[in-house]
Amino acid sequence: MTQIQEVSIDQFKHLVSERALRGETMLLNMGPQHPSTHGVLRLLLELDGETIINCISDIGYLHTGIEKNMEAKTYQKAEVMTDRLDYMNTMGNNLAYVMAVEKLVDLDVPVRAQALRVILVELQRIASHLVWLGAFGLDLAAMSVFLYCFRERELVLDIFEMVSGQRMMTTYIRPGGLWRDVPVEFEKAVRDFVQLFHKRVDEYERLMTRNPIFIDRLVGIGYLDKKTALSYGVTGPTLRASGVNWDLRKATPYLGYEQYDFNVPVSDDCDTYARYIVRIQEMRESLKIIEQAMNKLPLGPVRSENRKFVPPPRSEIGVSMESLIHHFKLWTEGFLAPKGSIYNAVESPRGELGVFLESDGGPKPYRVHMRTPSFDNLAVLPEITKGHLVADLVAILASIDIVLGDSDR
Amino acid sequence: MGIEQKLGNMGVATTTLETVVNWSRTNAMWPMLFGLACCAIEMMAAQASDYDMSRFGMELMRASPRQSDLMIVAGRCSKKMGPVLRLLYDQMPEPKWVIAMGDCASCGGVFNNYAIFQGVDEVVPVDVYVAGCPPRPEALIHGVMTLYEKVNAQKVTAPVTA
Repeated sequence: MTQIQEVSIDQFKHLVSERALRGETMLLNMGPQHPSTHGVLRLLLELDGETIINCISDIGYLHTGIEKNMEAKTYQKAEVMTDRLDYMNTMGNNLAYVMAVEKLVDLDVPVRAQALRVILVELQRIASHLVWLGAFGLDLAAMSVFLYCFRERELVLDIFEMVSGQRMMTTYIRPGGLWRDVPVEFEKAVRDFVQLFHKRVDEYERLMTRNPIFIDRLVGIGYLDKKTALSYGVTGPTLRASGVNWDLRKATPYLGYEQYDFNVPVSDDCDTYARYIVRIQEMRESLKIIEQAMNKLPLGPVRSENRKFVPPPRSEIGVSMESLIHHFKLWTEGFLAPKGSIYNAVESPRGELGVFLESDGGPKPYRVHMRTPSFDNLAVLPEITKGHLVADLVAILASIDIVLGDSDR
Repeated sequence: MGIEQKLGNMGVATTTLETVVNWSRTNAMWPMLFGLACCAIEMMAAQASDYDMSRFGMELMRASPRQSDLMIVAGRCSKKMGPVLRLLYDQMPEPKWVIAMGDCASCGGVFNNYAIFQGVDEVVPVDVYVAGCPPRPEALIHGVMTLYEKVNAQKVTAPVTA
Protein backbone atom coordinates (compact mmCIF):
# COMPACT_ATOMS: atom_id res chain seq x y z
CA MET A 1 0.00 0.00 0.00
CA THR A 2 1.31 3.40 -0.90
CA GLN A 3 1.15 6.10 1.70
CA ILE A 4 -1.44 8.81 1.25
CA GLN A 5 0.46 12.07 0.92
CA GLU A 6 -0.71 15.32 2.38
CA VAL A 7 -0.97 18.01 -0.26
CA SER A 8 -0.43 21.59 0.72
CA ILE A 9 -2.41 24.44 -0.74
CA ASP A 10 0.81 26.01 -2.08
CA GLN A 11 1.00 23.33 -4.73
CA PHE A 12 -2.17 24.62 -6.31
CA LYS A 13 -1.41 28.32 -6.27
CA HIS A 14 -0.21 28.34 -9.87
CA LEU A 15 -3.70 27.44 -11.03
CA VAL A 16 -5.14 30.82 -10.12
CA SER A 17 -4.00 34.32 -10.97
CA GLU A 18 -1.91 36.63 -8.80
CA ARG A 19 -4.96 38.69 -8.04
CA ALA A 20 -6.70 35.77 -6.38
CA LEU A 21 -3.85 35.48 -3.88
CA ARG A 22 -4.27 39.13 -2.99
CA GLY A 23 -7.98 38.59 -2.52
CA GLU A 24 -9.06 40.84 -5.38
CA THR A 25 -10.94 38.13 -7.20
CA MET A 26 -13.35 35.57 -5.85
CA LEU A 27 -12.96 31.82 -5.88
CA LEU A 28 -16.26 30.08 -6.35
CA ASN A 29 -16.93 26.39 -6.08
CA MET A 30 -19.40 25.00 -8.63
CA GLY A 31 -20.43 21.44 -8.06
CA PRO A 32 -20.13 18.50 -7.55
CA GLN A 33 -23.81 18.81 -6.74
CA HIS A 34 -25.01 21.34 -9.24
CA PRO A 35 -27.88 20.94 -11.69
CA SER A 36 -25.88 22.24 -14.64
CA THR A 37 -22.67 20.27 -14.33
CA HIS A 38 -24.24 17.18 -15.94
CA GLY A 39 -23.28 14.82 -13.18
CA VAL A 40 -20.64 15.22 -10.55
CA LEU A 41 -18.15 17.58 -12.10
CA ARG A 42 -16.60 20.15 -9.80
CA LEU A 43 -15.45 23.44 -11.20
CA LEU A 44 -13.41 25.93 -9.27
CA LEU A 45 -14.05 29.34 -10.76
CA GLU A 46 -11.98 32.43 -10.27
CA LEU A 47 -14.30 35.35 -10.82
CA ASP A 48 -13.91 39.05 -11.27
CA GLY A 49 -17.44 40.21 -10.69
CA GLU A 50 -19.28 37.76 -12.87
CA THR A 51 -16.52 37.31 -15.43
CA ILE A 52 -14.61 34.06 -15.39
CA ILE A 53 -10.85 34.54 -15.19
CA ASN A 54 -9.93 30.94 -14.51
CA CYS A 55 -11.89 27.74 -14.60
CA ILE A 56 -10.29 24.70 -12.98
CA SER A 57 -12.10 21.42 -13.37
CA ASP A 58 -11.83 18.74 -10.73
CA ILE A 59 -12.91 15.32 -11.90
CA GLY A 60 -12.89 11.89 -10.31
CA TYR A 61 -16.09 12.13 -8.28
CA LEU A 62 -17.43 9.26 -10.33
CA HIS A 63 -14.25 7.24 -10.58
CA THR A 64 -15.52 3.69 -10.70
CA GLY A 65 -12.47 1.55 -11.36
CA ILE A 66 -14.09 0.06 -14.44
CA GLU A 67 -10.79 -0.61 -16.18
CA LYS A 68 -9.39 -2.40 -13.15
CA ASN A 69 -12.56 -4.42 -12.67
CA MET A 70 -12.46 -5.58 -16.27
CA GLU A 71 -9.06 -7.16 -15.68
CA ALA A 72 -10.68 -9.55 -13.20
CA LYS A 73 -13.25 -10.84 -15.69
CA THR A 74 -13.09 -12.91 -18.82
CA TYR A 75 -13.45 -11.15 -22.16
CA GLN A 76 -17.16 -11.94 -22.36
CA LYS A 77 -18.03 -11.02 -18.81
CA ALA A 78 -16.03 -7.79 -18.89
CA GLU A 79 -18.40 -6.44 -21.50
CA VAL A 80 -21.02 -5.84 -18.82
CA MET A 81 -18.75 -3.14 -17.38
CA THR A 82 -18.59 -1.20 -20.63
CA ASP A 83 -22.32 -0.42 -20.48
CA ARG A 84 -21.84 1.57 -17.32
CA LEU A 85 -18.98 3.59 -18.76
CA ASP A 86 -20.80 6.17 -20.81
CA TYR A 87 -24.38 5.56 -19.84
CA MET A 88 -25.82 7.63 -22.64
CA ASN A 89 -24.13 5.45 -25.23
CA THR A 90 -24.45 1.88 -23.95
CA MET A 91 -24.72 0.16 -27.33
CA GLY A 92 -21.79 2.19 -28.64
CA ASN A 93 -19.59 1.20 -25.70
CA ASN A 94 -20.45 -2.44 -26.24
CA LEU A 95 -19.57 -2.03 -29.88
CA ALA A 96 -16.20 -0.41 -29.23
CA TYR A 97 -15.19 -3.11 -26.77
CA VAL A 98 -16.59 -6.01 -28.75
CA MET A 99 -14.88 -4.85 -31.93
CA ALA A 100 -11.58 -4.67 -30.06
CA VAL A 101 -12.06 -8.24 -28.82
CA GLU A 102 -13.00 -9.40 -32.32
CA LYS A 103 -9.86 -7.78 -33.70
CA LEU A 104 -7.75 -9.39 -30.99
CA VAL A 105 -8.97 -12.94 -31.59
CA ASP A 106 -9.69 -12.43 -35.31
CA LEU A 107 -13.38 -13.28 -35.21
CA ASP A 108 -15.77 -12.93 -38.13
CA VAL A 109 -19.11 -11.16 -37.83
CA PRO A 110 -22.07 -12.06 -40.09
CA VAL A 111 -23.37 -9.27 -42.35
CA ARG A 112 -26.81 -9.25 -40.75
CA ALA A 113 -25.26 -8.66 -37.34
CA GLN A 114 -23.20 -5.81 -38.78
CA ALA A 115 -26.24 -4.12 -40.28
CA LEU A 116 -28.22 -4.54 -37.06
CA ARG A 117 -25.31 -3.11 -35.10
CA VAL A 118 -25.34 -0.05 -37.34
CA ILE A 119 -29.08 0.44 -36.78
CA LEU A 120 -28.80 0.06 -33.01
CA VAL A 121 -25.77 2.29 -32.66
CA GLU A 122 -27.37 5.02 -34.73
CA LEU A 123 -30.54 4.76 -32.65
CA GLN A 124 -28.34 5.12 -29.60
CA ARG A 125 -26.73 8.19 -31.12
CA ILE A 126 -30.17 9.74 -31.53
CA ALA A 127 -31.12 8.84 -27.96
CA SER A 128 -27.89 10.32 -26.64
CA HIS A 129 -28.33 13.53 -28.60
CA LEU A 130 -31.89 13.72 -27.29
CA VAL A 131 -30.75 13.57 -23.69
CA TRP A 132 -28.14 16.17 -24.55
CA LEU A 133 -30.70 18.40 -26.21
CA GLY A 134 -33.11 18.08 -23.29
CA ALA A 135 -30.43 18.88 -20.73
CA PHE A 136 -29.13 21.70 -22.91
CA GLY A 137 -32.61 23.18 -22.98
CA LEU A 138 -32.94 22.79 -19.22
CA ASP A 139 -29.66 24.63 -18.69
CA LEU A 140 -30.94 27.50 -20.81
CA ALA A 141 -34.21 27.45 -18.84
CA ALA A 142 -36.26 25.89 -21.65
CA MET A 143 -38.08 23.20 -19.71
CA SER A 144 -40.43 22.12 -22.49
CA VAL A 145 -37.58 20.96 -24.73
CA PHE A 146 -36.61 18.46 -22.05
CA LEU A 147 -40.12 17.04 -21.97
CA TYR A 148 -40.28 16.73 -25.76
CA CYS A 149 -36.89 15.07 -26.00
CA PHE A 150 -37.56 12.50 -23.33
CA ARG A 151 -40.84 11.60 -25.00
CA GLU A 152 -38.97 10.51 -28.12
CA ARG A 153 -36.16 8.93 -26.19
CA GLU A 154 -38.63 6.52 -24.64
CA LEU A 155 -39.43 5.24 -28.14
CA VAL A 156 -35.78 4.37 -28.70
CA LEU A 157 -35.54 2.74 -25.30
CA ASP A 158 -38.64 0.69 -26.11
CA ILE A 159 -36.85 -0.66 -29.16
CA PHE A 160 -33.81 -1.52 -27.05
CA GLU A 161 -36.00 -3.24 -24.52
CA MET A 162 -37.67 -5.18 -27.31
CA VAL A 163 -34.39 -6.59 -28.59
CA SER A 164 -32.45 -7.02 -25.36
CA GLY A 165 -34.86 -6.98 -22.45
CA GLN A 166 -33.21 -3.96 -20.87
CA ARG A 167 -33.81 -0.27 -21.44
CA MET A 168 -30.32 1.08 -20.91
CA MET A 169 -27.70 -1.52 -20.00
CA THR A 170 -28.34 -3.76 -22.95
CA THR A 171 -25.12 -5.79 -23.45
CA TYR A 172 -26.79 -6.86 -26.68
CA ILE A 173 -23.80 -6.61 -28.99
CA ARG A 174 -21.59 -9.60 -28.18
CA PRO A 175 -18.25 -10.81 -29.52
CA GLY A 176 -19.00 -12.48 -32.84
CA GLY A 177 -22.36 -10.84 -33.45
CA LEU A 178 -25.37 -10.22 -31.29
CA TRP A 179 -26.91 -11.90 -28.30
CA ARG A 180 -29.77 -13.16 -30.48
CA ASP A 181 -31.72 -12.13 -33.53
CA VAL A 182 -34.13 -9.22 -33.31
CA PRO A 183 -37.82 -10.07 -32.84
CA VAL A 184 -40.27 -9.71 -35.74
CA GLU A 185 -41.76 -6.51 -34.30
CA PHE A 186 -38.38 -4.81 -34.59
CA GLU A 187 -38.71 -3.74 -38.20
CA LYS A 188 -42.07 -2.04 -37.73
CA ALA A 189 -40.96 -0.33 -34.54
CA VAL A 190 -37.85 1.11 -36.17
CA ARG A 191 -39.68 2.20 -39.32
CA ASP A 192 -42.41 3.86 -37.27
CA PHE A 193 -39.81 5.64 -35.22
CA VAL A 194 -37.90 6.88 -38.29
CA GLN A 195 -41.09 8.13 -39.89
CA LEU A 196 -42.17 9.93 -36.74
CA PHE A 197 -38.81 11.31 -35.80
CA HIS A 198 -38.31 13.30 -39.02
CA LYS A 199 -41.25 15.44 -37.93
CA ARG A 200 -40.12 15.60 -34.35
CA VAL A 201 -36.70 17.00 -35.28
CA ASP A 202 -38.52 19.74 -37.20
CA GLU A 203 -40.50 20.37 -34.04
CA TYR A 204 -37.34 20.88 -31.97
CA GLU A 205 -35.95 23.17 -34.61
CA ARG A 206 -39.12 25.22 -34.58
CA LEU A 207 -38.79 25.56 -30.83
CA MET A 208 -35.17 26.59 -30.75
CA THR A 209 -33.20 27.15 -33.91
CA ARG A 210 -34.56 30.61 -34.71
CA ASN A 211 -35.60 31.48 -31.18
CA PRO A 212 -34.11 34.95 -30.50
CA ILE A 213 -33.40 34.24 -26.82
CA PHE A 214 -31.72 31.03 -27.74
CA ILE A 215 -29.58 32.72 -30.39
CA ASP A 216 -28.66 35.56 -28.06
CA ARG A 217 -27.40 33.14 -25.46
CA LEU A 218 -25.44 30.93 -27.82
CA VAL A 219 -24.00 32.79 -30.80
CA GLY A 220 -20.39 33.80 -30.22
CA ILE A 221 -20.23 32.05 -26.85
CA GLY A 222 -17.48 29.55 -26.12
CA TYR A 223 -15.39 30.12 -29.22
CA LEU A 224 -13.22 27.07 -29.85
CA ASP A 225 -10.93 27.52 -32.82
CA LYS A 226 -9.69 24.70 -34.98
CA LYS A 227 -6.11 24.77 -33.73
CA THR A 228 -7.00 24.66 -30.03
CA ALA A 229 -9.52 21.92 -30.62
CA LEU A 230 -6.97 19.76 -32.41
CA SER A 231 -4.22 20.42 -29.89
CA TYR A 232 -6.46 19.31 -27.02
CA GLY A 233 -7.57 16.16 -28.83
CA VAL A 234 -11.19 17.23 -28.99
CA THR A 235 -13.30 14.89 -31.10
CA GLY A 236 -16.87 14.33 -32.12
CA PRO A 237 -19.50 16.99 -32.78
CA THR A 238 -17.52 19.49 -30.71
CA LEU A 239 -14.60 19.18 -33.15
CA ARG A 240 -16.84 19.20 -36.21
CA ALA A 241 -18.47 22.40 -35.02
CA SER A 242 -14.97 23.92 -35.10
CA GLY A 243 -14.65 23.28 -38.81
CA VAL A 244 -12.76 19.98 -38.87
CA ASN A 245 -14.33 17.31 -40.99
CA TRP A 246 -13.34 14.28 -38.93
CA ASP A 247 -15.71 11.43 -38.35
CA LEU A 248 -14.39 7.93 -37.80
CA ARG A 249 -17.36 6.52 -39.65
CA LYS A 250 -16.02 8.22 -42.78
CA ALA A 251 -12.31 8.35 -42.00
CA THR A 252 -11.83 4.69 -41.03
CA PRO A 253 -15.12 2.97 -41.92
CA TYR A 254 -16.15 0.04 -39.77
CA LEU A 255 -19.28 -2.15 -39.78
CA GLY A 256 -19.69 -1.35 -43.46
CA TYR A 257 -20.37 2.34 -42.90
CA GLU A 258 -18.87 2.96 -46.34
CA GLN A 259 -22.00 1.43 -47.92
CA TYR A 260 -24.27 4.07 -46.50
CA ASP A 261 -24.85 7.45 -48.01
CA PHE A 262 -24.68 10.13 -45.35
CA ASN A 263 -23.05 13.48 -44.75
CA VAL A 264 -20.91 14.60 -41.87
CA PRO A 265 -22.29 17.91 -40.62
CA VAL A 266 -19.53 20.45 -40.19
CA SER A 267 -19.75 24.07 -39.14
CA ASP A 268 -17.11 26.80 -39.25
CA ASP A 269 -18.75 29.00 -36.63
CA CYS A 270 -16.89 27.35 -33.72
CA ASP A 271 -19.34 28.56 -31.07
CA THR A 272 -22.00 27.01 -28.87
CA TYR A 273 -24.69 27.56 -31.46
CA ALA A 274 -22.65 25.70 -34.09
CA ARG A 275 -22.37 22.71 -31.75
CA TYR A 276 -26.13 22.71 -31.36
CA ILE A 277 -26.68 22.87 -35.13
CA VAL A 278 -24.18 20.08 -35.80
CA ARG A 279 -25.89 17.75 -33.33
CA ILE A 280 -29.36 18.46 -34.71
CA GLN A 281 -28.10 17.69 -38.20
CA GLU A 282 -26.39 14.55 -36.96
CA MET A 283 -29.72 13.23 -35.77
CA ARG A 284 -31.09 13.66 -39.29
CA GLU A 285 -28.06 11.91 -40.77
CA SER A 286 -28.48 9.04 -38.33
CA LEU A 287 -32.06 8.67 -39.50
CA LYS A 288 -30.79 8.43 -43.08
CA ILE A 289 -28.37 5.67 -42.10
CA ILE A 290 -31.06 3.75 -40.20
CA GLU A 291 -33.43 3.96 -43.17
CA GLN A 292 -30.81 2.66 -45.60
CA ALA A 293 -29.74 -0.11 -43.24
CA MET A 294 -33.36 -1.18 -42.75
CA ASN A 295 -33.97 -1.24 -46.50
CA LYS A 296 -31.12 -3.61 -47.22
CA LEU A 297 -31.12 -5.60 -44.01
CA PRO A 298 -29.81 -9.02 -45.12
CA LEU A 299 -31.16 -12.27 -43.74
CA GLY A 300 -28.96 -14.88 -42.18
CA PRO A 301 -27.27 -15.72 -38.89
CA VAL A 302 -26.47 -13.01 -36.35
CA ARG A 303 -23.69 -14.90 -34.61
CA SER A 304 -20.41 -16.24 -35.83
CA GLU A 305 -20.18 -20.03 -36.24
CA ASN A 306 -16.75 -20.05 -34.61
CA ARG A 307 -17.57 -22.10 -31.51
CA LYS A 308 -14.21 -21.47 -29.90
CA PHE A 309 -15.29 -17.90 -29.15
CA VAL A 310 -19.06 -17.76 -29.55
CA PRO A 311 -21.39 -19.86 -27.40
CA PRO A 312 -23.69 -22.26 -29.29
CA PRO A 313 -27.42 -21.61 -29.49
CA ARG A 314 -29.45 -22.90 -26.61
CA SER A 315 -31.28 -25.44 -28.78
CA GLU A 316 -28.05 -27.22 -29.69
CA ILE A 317 -26.87 -27.76 -26.14
CA GLY A 318 -29.34 -30.53 -25.42
CA VAL A 319 -28.55 -32.55 -28.54
CA SER A 320 -24.88 -31.99 -29.25
CA MET A 321 -22.05 -33.09 -26.98
CA GLU A 322 -19.59 -30.63 -28.58
CA SER A 323 -21.98 -27.75 -28.07
CA LEU A 324 -22.32 -28.63 -24.41
CA ILE A 325 -18.55 -28.70 -24.02
CA HIS A 326 -18.11 -25.40 -25.85
CA HIS A 327 -20.81 -23.78 -23.77
CA PHE A 328 -19.28 -25.04 -20.55
CA LYS A 329 -15.77 -23.99 -21.53
CA LEU A 330 -16.84 -20.53 -22.67
CA TRP A 331 -18.81 -19.68 -19.55
CA THR A 332 -16.42 -21.11 -17.00
CA GLU A 333 -12.95 -20.53 -18.33
CA GLY A 334 -13.64 -18.17 -21.22
CA PHE A 335 -11.62 -18.18 -24.39
CA LEU A 336 -7.90 -17.65 -24.64
CA ALA A 337 -6.85 -14.63 -26.62
CA PRO A 338 -3.50 -14.52 -28.39
CA LYS A 339 -0.73 -12.46 -26.85
CA GLY A 340 -0.65 -8.90 -28.07
CA SER A 341 -2.31 -5.57 -27.86
CA ILE A 342 -4.99 -3.90 -29.90
CA TYR A 343 -6.58 -0.48 -30.18
CA ASN A 344 -9.96 0.02 -31.73
CA ALA A 345 -11.86 3.26 -32.00
CA VAL A 346 -15.44 4.00 -32.98
CA GLU A 347 -17.37 7.23 -33.30
CA SER A 348 -19.50 7.63 -30.20
CA PRO A 349 -22.05 10.46 -29.92
CA ARG A 350 -19.37 12.42 -28.08
CA GLY A 351 -16.35 11.62 -30.22
CA GLU A 352 -13.67 9.02 -30.58
CA LEU A 353 -14.26 6.17 -28.17
CA GLY A 354 -11.25 3.91 -28.21
CA VAL A 355 -10.58 0.65 -26.42
CA PHE A 356 -7.06 -0.57 -25.83
CA LEU A 357 -6.68 -4.23 -24.91
CA GLU A 358 -3.48 -5.86 -23.79
CA SER A 359 -3.53 -9.63 -23.70
CA ASP A 360 -1.04 -11.94 -22.02
CA GLY A 361 -2.48 -15.02 -23.68
CA GLY A 362 -4.94 -15.80 -20.90
CA PRO A 363 -8.72 -15.70 -20.78
CA LYS A 364 -8.76 -12.29 -19.12
CA PRO A 365 -7.45 -8.99 -20.45
CA TYR A 366 -4.14 -8.02 -18.87
CA ARG A 367 -4.93 -4.34 -19.20
CA VAL A 368 -7.92 -2.46 -20.54
CA HIS A 369 -7.80 1.21 -21.25
CA MET A 370 -10.52 3.40 -22.65
CA ARG A 371 -9.83 6.52 -24.62
CA THR A 372 -13.01 8.30 -23.72
CA PRO A 373 -14.16 11.40 -25.61
CA SER A 374 -15.59 13.24 -22.60
CA PHE A 375 -12.22 13.34 -20.86
CA ASP A 376 -10.47 15.05 -23.74
CA ASN A 377 -13.36 17.33 -24.57
CA LEU A 378 -13.58 18.42 -20.94
CA ALA A 379 -9.90 19.38 -20.94
CA VAL A 380 -10.59 22.22 -23.35
CA LEU A 381 -13.18 23.79 -21.04
CA PRO A 382 -10.79 26.20 -19.23
CA GLU A 383 -9.64 27.54 -22.60
CA ILE A 384 -13.07 28.37 -23.95
CA THR A 385 -14.69 29.74 -20.82
CA LYS A 386 -12.19 32.50 -20.05
CA GLY A 387 -13.75 35.93 -20.22
CA HIS A 388 -17.31 34.68 -20.30
CA LEU A 389 -20.00 35.14 -17.67
CA VAL A 390 -21.02 32.40 -15.26
CA ALA A 391 -24.38 32.07 -17.00
CA ASP A 392 -22.55 31.41 -20.27
CA LEU A 393 -20.37 28.79 -18.63
CA VAL A 394 -23.49 26.71 -18.16
CA ALA A 395 -24.26 26.90 -21.88
CA ILE A 396 -20.66 26.13 -22.87
CA LEU A 397 -20.45 23.19 -20.50
CA ALA A 398 -23.69 21.80 -21.85
CA SER A 399 -22.61 22.31 -25.44
CA ILE A 400 -19.49 20.14 -25.23
CA ASP A 401 -21.71 17.30 -24.00
CA ILE A 402 -19.73 15.58 -21.29
CA VAL A 403 -20.74 12.46 -19.44
CA LEU A 404 -18.89 12.12 -16.19
CA GLY A 405 -19.11 8.34 -16.20
CA ASP A 406 -17.24 8.52 -19.46
CA SER A 407 -14.51 10.87 -18.32
CA ASP A 408 -13.93 9.47 -14.81
CA ARG A 409 -14.63 5.80 -15.53
CA MET B 1 -66.07 23.15 -9.03
CA GLY B 2 -64.45 22.45 -5.69
CA ILE B 3 -64.91 19.50 -3.45
CA GLU B 4 -67.79 21.32 -1.68
CA GLN B 5 -70.02 21.03 -4.73
CA LYS B 6 -69.45 17.33 -4.94
CA LEU B 7 -70.06 16.65 -1.28
CA GLY B 8 -72.39 19.42 -0.16
CA ASN B 9 -71.76 21.39 2.99
CA MET B 10 -69.80 18.93 5.07
CA GLY B 11 -69.24 21.16 8.02
CA VAL B 12 -66.64 19.51 10.18
CA ALA B 13 -64.36 16.62 9.38
CA THR B 14 -62.49 14.91 12.14
CA THR B 15 -59.10 13.35 11.71
CA THR B 16 -55.91 12.88 13.63
CA LEU B 17 -52.98 15.25 13.59
CA GLU B 18 -50.71 12.45 12.44
CA THR B 19 -52.84 11.75 9.40
CA VAL B 20 -52.83 15.39 8.36
CA VAL B 21 -49.11 15.85 8.94
CA ASN B 22 -48.18 12.68 7.11
CA TRP B 23 -50.63 13.43 4.31
CA SER B 24 -49.04 16.80 3.75
CA ARG B 25 -45.55 15.36 3.94
CA THR B 26 -46.20 12.69 1.35
CA ASN B 27 -48.09 14.94 -1.04
CA ALA B 28 -45.43 17.59 -1.33
CA MET B 29 -42.20 15.72 -1.02
CA TRP B 30 -39.51 17.60 -2.84
CA PRO B 31 -36.58 15.52 -3.98
CA MET B 32 -33.15 17.00 -4.32
CA LEU B 33 -31.91 17.44 -7.88
CA PHE B 34 -28.94 15.20 -7.48
CA GLY B 35 -27.78 12.51 -9.84
CA LEU B 36 -24.59 10.54 -9.71
CA ALA B 37 -24.51 8.18 -12.66
CA CYS B 38 -26.62 6.01 -14.94
CA CYS B 39 -29.62 5.91 -12.59
CA ALA B 40 -29.85 9.68 -12.77
CA ILE B 41 -30.87 9.36 -16.41
CA GLU B 42 -33.69 7.03 -15.43
CA MET B 43 -34.59 9.44 -12.64
CA MET B 44 -34.82 12.18 -15.26
CA ALA B 45 -36.97 9.86 -17.37
CA ALA B 46 -39.23 9.32 -14.36
CA GLN B 47 -39.61 13.09 -14.09
CA ALA B 48 -40.25 13.54 -17.81
CA SER B 49 -43.28 13.15 -20.02
CA ASP B 50 -43.91 9.42 -20.03
CA TYR B 51 -43.76 8.69 -16.32
CA ASP B 52 -44.37 12.12 -14.82
CA MET B 53 -43.47 11.82 -11.17
CA SER B 54 -45.17 15.11 -10.43
CA ARG B 55 -48.37 13.10 -10.19
CA PHE B 56 -47.09 12.07 -6.76
CA GLY B 57 -46.32 15.51 -5.43
CA MET B 58 -42.81 15.60 -6.81
CA GLU B 59 -43.39 18.56 -9.02
CA LEU B 60 -40.24 20.29 -7.96
CA MET B 61 -36.72 19.01 -7.94
CA ARG B 62 -34.85 21.34 -5.66
CA ALA B 63 -31.27 22.11 -6.56
CA SER B 64 -30.50 23.07 -2.98
CA PRO B 65 -30.42 20.50 -0.18
CA ARG B 66 -31.80 23.15 2.18
CA GLN B 67 -35.13 23.04 0.40
CA SER B 68 -35.52 19.32 -0.11
CA ASP B 69 -37.08 16.50 1.89
CA LEU B 70 -35.90 13.52 -0.07
CA MET B 71 -32.52 12.52 -1.39
CA ILE B 72 -32.57 10.03 -4.23
CA VAL B 73 -29.06 8.64 -4.45
CA ALA B 74 -29.13 7.72 -8.10
CA GLY B 75 -26.00 5.89 -9.06
CA ARG B 76 -22.69 4.62 -7.82
CA CYS B 77 -21.06 6.55 -5.01
CA SER B 78 -17.30 6.72 -5.20
CA LYS B 79 -14.96 7.15 -2.25
CA LYS B 80 -14.29 10.70 -3.37
CA MET B 81 -18.00 11.49 -3.51
CA GLY B 82 -18.79 10.01 -0.08
CA PRO B 83 -17.93 13.07 2.04
CA VAL B 84 -19.84 15.32 -0.37
CA LEU B 85 -22.89 13.06 -0.13
CA ARG B 86 -22.76 13.14 3.66
CA LEU B 87 -22.41 16.93 3.63
CA LEU B 88 -25.45 17.27 1.41
CA TYR B 89 -27.43 14.95 3.67
CA ASP B 90 -26.45 16.93 6.75
CA GLN B 91 -27.59 20.15 5.09
CA MET B 92 -31.10 18.86 4.50
CA PRO B 93 -33.64 19.95 7.10
CA GLU B 94 -35.55 17.39 9.17
CA PRO B 95 -37.66 15.43 8.40
CA LYS B 96 -35.64 13.87 5.62
CA TRP B 97 -35.59 10.59 3.77
CA VAL B 98 -33.19 8.78 1.49
CA ILE B 99 -33.91 6.43 -1.38
CA ALA B 100 -30.98 4.34 -2.63
CA MET B 101 -31.80 3.99 -6.29
CA GLY B 102 -30.22 1.12 -8.14
CA ASP B 103 -27.90 -1.72 -7.31
CA CYS B 104 -24.77 0.41 -6.96
CA ALA B 105 -26.31 2.68 -4.37
CA SER B 106 -27.93 -0.27 -2.59
CA CYS B 107 -25.05 -2.72 -2.43
CA GLY B 108 -22.26 -1.78 -4.80
CA GLY B 109 -23.83 -3.57 -7.75
CA VAL B 110 -21.40 -4.91 -10.31
CA PHE B 111 -18.59 -2.75 -8.99
CA ASN B 112 -16.93 -4.69 -6.23
CA ASN B 113 -13.72 -2.72 -6.17
CA TYR B 114 -11.56 -0.13 -4.48
CA ALA B 115 -13.38 2.93 -5.76
CA ILE B 116 -17.04 2.41 -4.94
CA PHE B 117 -18.90 2.29 -1.62
CA GLN B 118 -20.55 -1.10 -1.29
CA GLY B 119 -23.91 0.45 -0.63
CA VAL B 120 -24.55 4.07 0.12
CA ASP B 121 -25.86 3.11 3.57
CA GLU B 122 -22.22 3.22 4.65
CA VAL B 123 -22.53 6.99 4.31
CA VAL B 124 -26.14 8.00 4.95
CA PRO B 125 -29.11 6.15 6.52
CA VAL B 126 -31.30 4.71 3.76
CA ASP B 127 -35.08 4.31 3.97
CA VAL B 128 -35.92 2.53 0.74
CA TYR B 129 -33.73 0.45 -1.56
CA VAL B 130 -34.74 0.22 -5.21
CA ALA B 131 -33.28 -2.75 -7.09
CA GLY B 132 -32.28 -2.74 -10.74
CA CYS B 133 -29.39 -1.71 -12.89
CA PRO B 134 -30.72 0.81 -13.60
CA PRO B 135 -34.24 0.49 -12.15
CA ARG B 136 -37.01 1.32 -14.58
CA PRO B 137 -38.85 4.57 -13.86
CA GLU B 138 -41.78 2.44 -12.68
CA ALA B 139 -39.49 0.82 -10.13
CA LEU B 140 -38.41 4.21 -8.85
CA ILE B 141 -42.03 5.29 -8.56
CA HIS B 142 -42.74 2.07 -6.68
CA GLY B 143 -39.88 2.94 -4.37
CA VAL B 144 -41.39 6.34 -3.78
CA MET B 145 -44.77 4.74 -3.03
CA THR B 146 -43.07 2.42 -0.55
CA LEU B 147 -41.50 5.42 1.10
CA TYR B 148 -44.93 7.07 1.33
CA GLU B 149 -46.26 4.01 3.13
CA LYS B 150 -43.40 4.27 5.54
CA VAL B 151 -43.99 7.98 6.12
CA ASN B 152 -47.70 7.44 6.62
CA ALA B 153 -46.99 4.97 9.38
CA GLN B 154 -44.78 7.41 11.25
CA LYS B 155 -45.75 8.93 14.58
CA VAL B 156 -45.47 12.70 14.76
CA THR B 157 -43.76 12.55 18.11
CA ALA B 158 -41.22 9.96 17.11
CA PRO B 159 -37.81 11.11 15.88
CA VAL B 160 -37.94 11.10 12.13
CA THR B 161 -34.50 9.77 11.43
CA ALA B 162 -33.03 7.13 13.63
